[in-house]
Amino acid sequence: MEIPYTVEARRDTGLNNGKIGIWLFLASEVMLFGALFASYILIRTGSSSWPRGDTILSVPLATFNTLVLISSSVTMVMAWASLMRRKLGTFRMYIGGTVLLGLVFLIVKYFEYSDKFHHGHFPSTDNFYAIYFTLTGLHMLHVAGGMAVNAYFWGPGAKQYYTNPEWFTNRVENSGLFWHFVDLVWIFLFPTLYLL
Amino acid sequence: MSHPTTVDPHGPHVGHEAHHEELGFWRKYVFSVDHKVIGIQYGISGLLFLFFGFCLMMLMRWQLAYPGAPLPIIGALFGEARMPGGSMLPEFYNELGAMHGTIMVFMGVVPLAVGGFGNFVLPLQIGAPDMAFPRLNMLSYWAFFLGGVTMLASFFVPGGAAQSGWTSYSPLAIIAGSGQTWWLVGMIFLITSSLLGAINFITTTIQLRAKGLMFMRFPFFVWTQFVTAFLLLLAFPPLEAAGVMQLMDRVAGTSFFLPSGLVVSGQPLQVAGSGNALLWQHLFWFLAHPEVYVLILPAMGIVAEIIANNTRKPLWGYKPMVYSLVFLGFMSFIVWAHHMFMTGMGTAMATFFQTTTMIISIPSVVILTALILSLWGGSIRFNTPMLFALGFLPMFGIGGLTGLPLGLNVSDIPLHDTYYVIAHFHYVVAPGTIFALFAGVYYWFPKATGRMMNETLGKIHFWGSMICMNIVFMPMFIVGMAGVSRRLFDGGATYDFAQPILHWNAVSSWGAWIMALFQLPFIYNFFSSMWNGEKVGDNPWEATTIEWAAPSPPPHGNFSTEPVAHRGPYDYSLPGAKKDFVPQCEA
Repeated sequence: MEIPYTVEARRDTGLNNGKIGIWLFLASEVMLFGALFASYILIRTGSSSWPRGDTILSVPLATFNTLVLISSSVTMVMAWASLMRRKLGTFRMYIGGTVLLGLVFLIVKYFEYSDKFHHGHFPSTDNFYAIYFTLTGLHMLHVAGGMAVNAYFWGPGAKQYYTNPEWFTNRVENSGLFWHFVDLVWIFLFPTLYLL
Repeated sequence: MSHPTTVDPHGPHVGHEAHHEELGFWRKYVFSVDHKVIGIQYGISGLLFLFFGFCLMMLMRWQLAYPGAPLPIIGALFGEARMPGGSMLPEFYNELGAMHGTIMVFMGVVPLAVGGFGNFVLPLQIGAPDMAFPRLNMLSYWAFFLGGVTMLASFFVPGGAAQSGWTSYSPLAIIAGSGQTWWLVGMIFLITSSLLGAINFITTTIQLRAKGLMFMRFPFFVWTQFVTAFLLLLAFPPLEAAGVMQLMDRVAGTSFFLPSGLVVSGQPLQVAGSGNALLWQHLFWFLAHPEVYVLILPAMGIVAEIIANNTRKPLWGYKPMVYSLVFLGFMSFIVWAHHMFMTGMGTAMATFFQTTTMIISIPSVVILTALILSLWGGSIRFNTPMLFALGFLPMFGIGGLTGLPLGLNVSDIPLHDTYYVIAHFHYVVAPGTIFALFAGVYYWFPKATGRMMNETLGKIHFWGSMICMNIVFMPMFIVGMAGVSRRLFDGGATYDFAQPILHWNAVSSWGAWIMALFQLPFIYNFFSSMWNGEKVGDNPWEATTIEWAAPSPPPHGNFSTEPVAHRGPYDYSLPGAKKDFVPQCEA
């Protein structure tokens, strides 16, 4: 049995199923991070003192990581664009690059985290660290999830290209939408935690 | 979790799917991607959890009726740690209370109303071959299943299950025993399940509806599921965020919900502090108020289908009902703090939220009024589904109207946290929603199995439940208005002011136990009708909506020919038509 509109768009909505699904998922993600950002505001405004992020966290490392994630969004788009032009080799190069950039991001985060642990700063230290570790931790889980999906499309998932290139392209596009969202969350996290 | 009559490939209706390879037992009945099998899995799991949650409550009712008295016969089964000598310990009572609420809401009603009826009926009603993402659908059932197992397992961890109420208020829940951690993990599974389901429902409704089925031709049930899915999609993530933060508070020692200077049992709590206890309540109720509408909207949808079918008339005011429904969905996101009038959040906030609460009562009343007016001038068929649907109307009405004094912050002050609140929302959910769910089971049973449920047993079930429900909950208004708090483990026995009304506690309890007996005909009817019920055709109720054009039970892929919608959903008693109903897919 075939599910209609898995690949081709439905005429009156102009969309395929996956595209609607990923946007709905992103809407729920907005609510998830929105609730956490709102909690951050409430906890910060209710605290008697709150440190400025740049006195505690490393702004240069975070700036570097911001550039890494933005670059990875560019490579993600290039990967999809290569598929649109039906160039599997170029796609593989770009999607591989996206995964690697995600890895660079996680490695930098690892050094930031271990530096904090090394100096005896833990989530339990105070609510600044609590919200820092919770928000960035959840964001890192999202990065790892996006990397896993992209790695799948780089590896075993790419087989679908030979049987149904259009569907494969759509799936990569949806994965890209998620990846851009993860990037966007970081664009909000960076100033909120490191600069303000 | 499933039974052999769900999909019968050897039945009389072997459509174009007949040439497909046979799936093994596990793929067909257990790890199935067919929306109907998943719907039935959800439905039966939901019914089992409803029954289990009911059993927890019957135990609590013993303690409330006869505080401290040893429970005869079965009391010894619970062991010395919970019921020494058969008398219930307060800790165990708290476990039962917290888990009753959690199980009924998140593992009983929602899985049955949304997971069960939504999965089974919605794709059929819109003429779709399946859900848009069948594998995601299976995943969402199994996430729910894991969540359920986690919750049940928590009864057996040291210290027992969660004891901080289904609301898990902080800081209480943070300093509670390890059962609370299990509760949080279980909730994260259940939330994931609901999110995946919601994405699937919305996509399916938008994309897979049959040719000609514009939105304003949807059966009302489809509309309710559509709006419900949006509520689940957007309201659950904030609770997930709150759950993550409470988990951090418990496991990593953070202080999101722990204010400074907290003293527990005479000892200052060694935490960083400066957190915000009210934040939990805001995040929790941001989910849990839309959740109230998640509980009630599918029920309204089921009742609307059955009323239109059994009055043999179109619904009165279909369009206003739909507009009210959508408006209600929007409004449900900005009424949450009416649960928090007594928290000291401030009068400005209270004023805002009591205003929005009064506004949201309007669309609910419009829908209920339209349903009642739909009865006007109909030649009503009083079959079992219709009796339950009719029972829903006054019961939901009582539940809704008694909510008004709670929504106004002045009258909420004396009523807050008393048994009045319990009576109010149980009237909405128990004789309200659950009656509608029973109605749905009786109504769509022939679609799922090709057989009818027994009418006589159904009527015994209805009248018994109807009378007992009122015996259970009506006294709680009296007890509540006398001022008895809902949190007391002895039902108020230690308070002088409660003495004149204490006997009502026993009345409620006996009502509950007798009601359990009246569920036996239903359980017997449900299982025996699967094999021995009267065989019927595809459309035994002579209904108009598209699901009745599919074979009963529908094969994998549902329809033998692609259905096309030519008209609105309720063309009953059309002047000049040959029959008193014209199916939606008839030109």
